[in-house]
This record gives sequence, C-alpha cells and structure tokens, in this order.
Amino acid sequence: MIIYVPMDSAAKALGADDVAATIRSEAKVRKLEVQIIRNGSRGMVWLEPLVEVDTGEGRIAYGPVAPDDVPALLEGRMETLGPVEEIPFFARQTRLTFARCGVIDPLDLADYAAHGGLAGLRRALAMTCEEIVGEVTASGLRGRGGAGFPTGIKWQTVLGAEAPQKYIVCNADEGDSGTFADRMIMEGDPFSLIEGMAIAGLGVGATRGYVYLRSEYPDAIAVMQEAVARARAAGVLGARVLGSDRAFDMEIRVGAGAYVCGEETALLNSLEGKRGVVRAKPPLPALEGFFGRPTVVNNVISLATVPVIFERGAAAYARFGCGRSRGTATLQIAGNVRRGGLFETAFGISLGEVVDDIAGGTASGRPVKAVQVGGPLGAYMPREKFHTAMGYEEFDAEGGLIGHAGLVVFDDTADMLRMARFAMEFCAAESCGKCTPCRIGAVRGVETIDRIAAGDARAVPILTDLCETMKDGSLCALGGFTPYPVMSALIHFPDDFATRKEAAE
Amino acid sequence: MNPASQARTPDDDEIRMIIEELRSLEGPLLPMLHRIQDRFGYIPPNAMPLIADALNITRAELHGVVSFYHDFRAAPAGRHVVKICRAEACQAVGAARLAEATLERLGLGWHGTTANGAVTVEPVYCLGLCACGPAAMVDDKVVGRVDEDRMASLLAEAGA
Repeated sequence: MIIYVPMDSAAKALGADDVAATIRSEAKVRKLEVQIIRNGSRGMVWLEPLVEVDTGEGRIAYGPVAPDDVPALLEGRMETLGPVEEIPFFARQTRLTFARCGVIDPLDLADYAAHGGLAGLRRALAMTCEEIVGEVTASGLRGRGGAGFPTGIKWQTVLGAEAPQKYIVCNADEGDSGTFADRMIMEGDPFSLIEGMAIAGLGVGATRGYVYLRSEYPDAIAVMQEAVARARAAGVLGARVLGSDRAFDMEIRVGAGAYVCGEETALLNSLEGKRGVVRAKPPLPALEGFFGRPTVVNNVISLATVPVIFERGAAAYARFGCGRSRGTATLQIAGNVRRGGLFETAFGISLGEVVDDIAGGTASGRPVKAVQVGGPLGAYMPREKFHTAMGYEEFDAEGGLIGHAGLVVFDDTADMLRMARFAMEFCAAESCGKCTPCRIGAVRGVETIDRIAAGDARAVPILTDLCETMKDGSLCALGGFTPYPVMSALIHFPDDFATRKEAAE
Repeated sequence: MNPASQARTPDDDEIRMIIEELRSLEGPLLPMLHRIQDRFGYIPPNAMPLIADALNITRAELHGVVSFYHDFRAAPAGRHVVKICRAEACQAVGAARLAEATLERLGLGWHGTTANGAVTVEPVYCLGLCACGPAAMVDDKVVGRVDEDRMASLLAEAGA
C-alpha cells in the first residue's frame, strides 16, 4: 500500500513529520509493505496532517492524523474522510495551476511528466518567440502577485528589447500575511515553476533566471534548490533545454527579511546585492531590470500557471473567469476560519460565498466582522461588501484590491483601530526609506491613530489627509496602499474609532 | 538560516574562502552574507573590510546593505532563535496575546536573549502558515496553532 503524508510546511507545522515517522515504525512492527510518499498539500489545512492511503482502489483520506492515530490508521480502524477528491472543499475547485499539487511526489520528475508536466515546454519549444508571447496574451493571464498587469504585454516588452542578456526573475518574496499559494506550489509542485520560467525564457529570449525566495520559507528553499538540481541533471535546464538548441538555466536566491523586496524594483536591487530600495519607474524593469538588462519580473503563481496554459491551450484557460479576470484565482483562506486553506476557482465567485460557505465562517464560531483581502496593504471588507466578486476590477470598484488573493478573516472581537494602527506600524518598520510620504507618513500615522485612541476627534481628518498624501505621493505600493487597510477600517468600522473617544470624554 | 547554532570566532581565511567561492555569481553580496552568517551565526566585524575590498564597494555602502535587512546580525543570537508571527492572519487567532505572554514569561523584549543564552525571541511577519496560526518557527522548524502551553514546551526544549 502507498501512504501519502504531505511535506508541505503547513502540514509539517501540524506534525506531519512525526506522523510519517510513526507510520514507518508501526508498519515495520506489523510487517506491512508500505511505501510512504511525501506529497505536497491538497490545501485543506484544517485537515492537516491529511494522510492518504492507496490500496489500489483510489486515495482515501484521513485527517487530521496524530501519531497516536497511526495504529488505527494502519489497521483500517480510523474514521475516513472518503476519497480525497470527493471532499466537498476539494471537489468544488477548478484546479489548473494546482492540478498536480498534493497529487504527485514534488521532486519526482517522472511523476511530474506523467501528470502533464513538460508538455507545455515541449509545445513551446516548437513555437517562435512571438507565438509563445501571443499564447500568453491570448490566455488573458494577469500578474497574480497583486498588480494584475497583463503578463503577455510584459513579455512582449522584454521580447522587443535588444540586449546581449535578458533575465526571467521570479518574485517569490511572498511576504503578505494571509498568502501562502507561492509557498504551497514551490513545496508541492516545484517543477511547474521551473517549467514556467523556462517557457518565459524561450518566449522573450532570456537564458538566465532567478527565483528570489524569502528566507522565512526554509522548506520551500530546500525543495526548490533540489528541484532545480534535478531539472538540470535531467536536461530540462541547461545549454540544451530538453535536447533542443535553446538554453535556459536558473538559480534560487534567498531574501533577507525585508518585506519591501516584494516590490519588483526593490527586489531587483536586492538581487544585485544592494539595499532593497525602491527604484523610480520609468525605466520599467522590462527594459532596464536586473543589472540594467531587460527583465521579466513575474510572481510565482503567474509563472507556475504558464505550463498549464501551454499544455491545454490559451483558449481553454481563458474560458474560465469573469470580465477581464481570466482563468482561475488561487484563493488563500486564512485567519480565523473554520476551513482554511487553498481554494482554486474561476474568477467571479463572491467574497461572501468564499467566507460563509466555503470557509464555513470563523473558527471561533463568532460572527465575521471583517475580511482583509490582498494582504497587509489590502482593504478590510465588511459584510456589506460580501457581494463583491473575486476579480481585479470588481474589487477595485468596491475600494479594495484582490492582490495575491489572500483572505484573512476576523471575528467580532477584532479591534479595527488596533488593526489600522498595526498597518501604519508595519509600514513604518518596513519602509525602504526612499520616499517621504511612506517613511515619515507611516510614523505620523501611528501617532495620529494613537491620538484618536486617546479621544482626540480632531485627529480623524488629519489621518484622512495623511492617507491621501501617502496614496498619491508614495513611490510604491507599500506607502501607497497602506491607506487601504487604514481608511477601510476607519470608514467601515467607525464604532471602533468612536467608542474610545466617548469613553475618554 | 541556521542562527546561532555554531557561533564561533571567525577566521579571516575562512571568510576569504567563502568570498572566493561566491564572487563569480551575478550579485554575490547577499549569498555571501547568508553563507557567512550560516557559518558564524552573525556577520563578524572583520568580514566587512574583506567583503568591501573583494566587491570593490565602500564600507559605508556595505554597512548600509547589512543593516538594511532584518536577517543579518551584528552580534551572535542565542543558541536557538524563536520567531513568533505578528502578521494579520495570526493576529486574527490570538498571536498578539501569545507574543505578549511569551515575552512576559521570559522577561524579554523583542530581539532579546535569555540570560542563559539559550533563546532569542524575534518577531516575524508571516511564515505562510496563515490557515494554521498562531505560527512560530524554532530555528528552521515551523510550528502551527501555537498556544501558550505549546510555546512553553517549545521554549523548554530549547533550554530557555
């Protein structure tokens, strides 16, 4: 029998390593023939460690499994969740980017290829650069890191630039709270990112790539480094990609704990060995990026989605979605939720359906007060906005941003003034210091919110004005978007800002 | 990434060897700093002129880089580093309370080290464990759904 125990770090954080070790030792005692495969996570984090047992009739799920449950598991006495892919949370999804995640052994290249891997790269190798870029444009893929810029247009700009060397840089500095899709795909299906980067390289004429991976993800770093080594050994990377006359190779680079390096120009500076300070744009990184050379900077999910677009065709991908948001969103449901995890589905589902229905409300059982969508720079959405469809323009129209599609759910015990203060405090701590509205504004923001907390109502218009200045005057999204959580908290939850004032009076 | 565990007196020749191994990379500075910190537990002062010289940058510029990033230490940490997530998703499930209680129990502020040198406590902004918070990391090992009891046993294991 084959037993799958995830090696995803969320599963590990909940004891998966101990479970795997116990299965190994208990199977030995029972003289059972057991093959343990450490797969990625299926994304149902509330069930982790989610163990799957395959006795030849499909993969049956058990979870959460503790080491103490292992004897019952091996003897068939443990209560089952049924076939893993029939668990409602999983069955409702449209898995394109995450099709293999949790299914295969993440570091087994043959398993990867047996599940559709490398088909996209082989197809791309038979295409011209223009055809490759055209395919991405036709798929409607937009930057999944948050900005939502059309990936095909970015690639076209790099393709059109003349230079002796071009680069593909993957932004894996996933620092936003409530987001873990990058981590999950790198730990659960690392070859999809490698394949996506190789296709990007072929498309724009870049022969070198870098993954800038945050140091807070030691497990993802280890998996990616091993995957790159194996891809190179197998000829997927190197001077002759899959035996062709095209070259592409890549390296994993580790960040150093600076949130702002998730901003693409700060990331490039950091990669070059400088302080992670934001660059003014223009010039665009697509024209003058890494060491001044034309560079594609794309998020992990954007790049990891490229293989499936080439495997199934741009039209097949673009069939999913709503409006100008084509394909699937890899929603990350987090915070105080009953069923948290990764949920991949076509754009267009409403925020309320995700929070109330799919996630099942809060873990605490208390009413949902607010959902922060899009990371620390995203707006707090109150229940009145739960009709908002998950889509770039749809969120924009409601004064929010979809960002990396992370949702952090808060129950009614959350103090929104405190959350607004935290947003300013975080901005002050992480500001790169280049522009004044962000560097000074965030510090003044904390002070101003403290004045409101102390009962000074005159500070409210000052905070509003400060947020306007930060929004309009900051160089990048850190200073520019910190007003989203602050102002949304102030506007939608005025009671949290008023009660203290009244109490003080 | 393996803080503190093997902090020892840094040797110029050993630092030079690390610099030589990595200097042909495109953008070698961060990889060098990581490798040096992995080896010694911090960026020793005697490494600074060696790196600046090898990369032909000023010491001021190098200091600017080293001090910009939260990861790099000017002095060794405790034998173990416990990082507690302070980000929003963990706050939604009680991380602020956990952090306060932990610091109070140890009598430390953020970045403080216990008197016996066993544990340094640091804030971290997101470990990507946002659906199983509050999250923490002990050296390179991730832990989810940490409550005060769990934290107490983690700290005890680390010798705090």
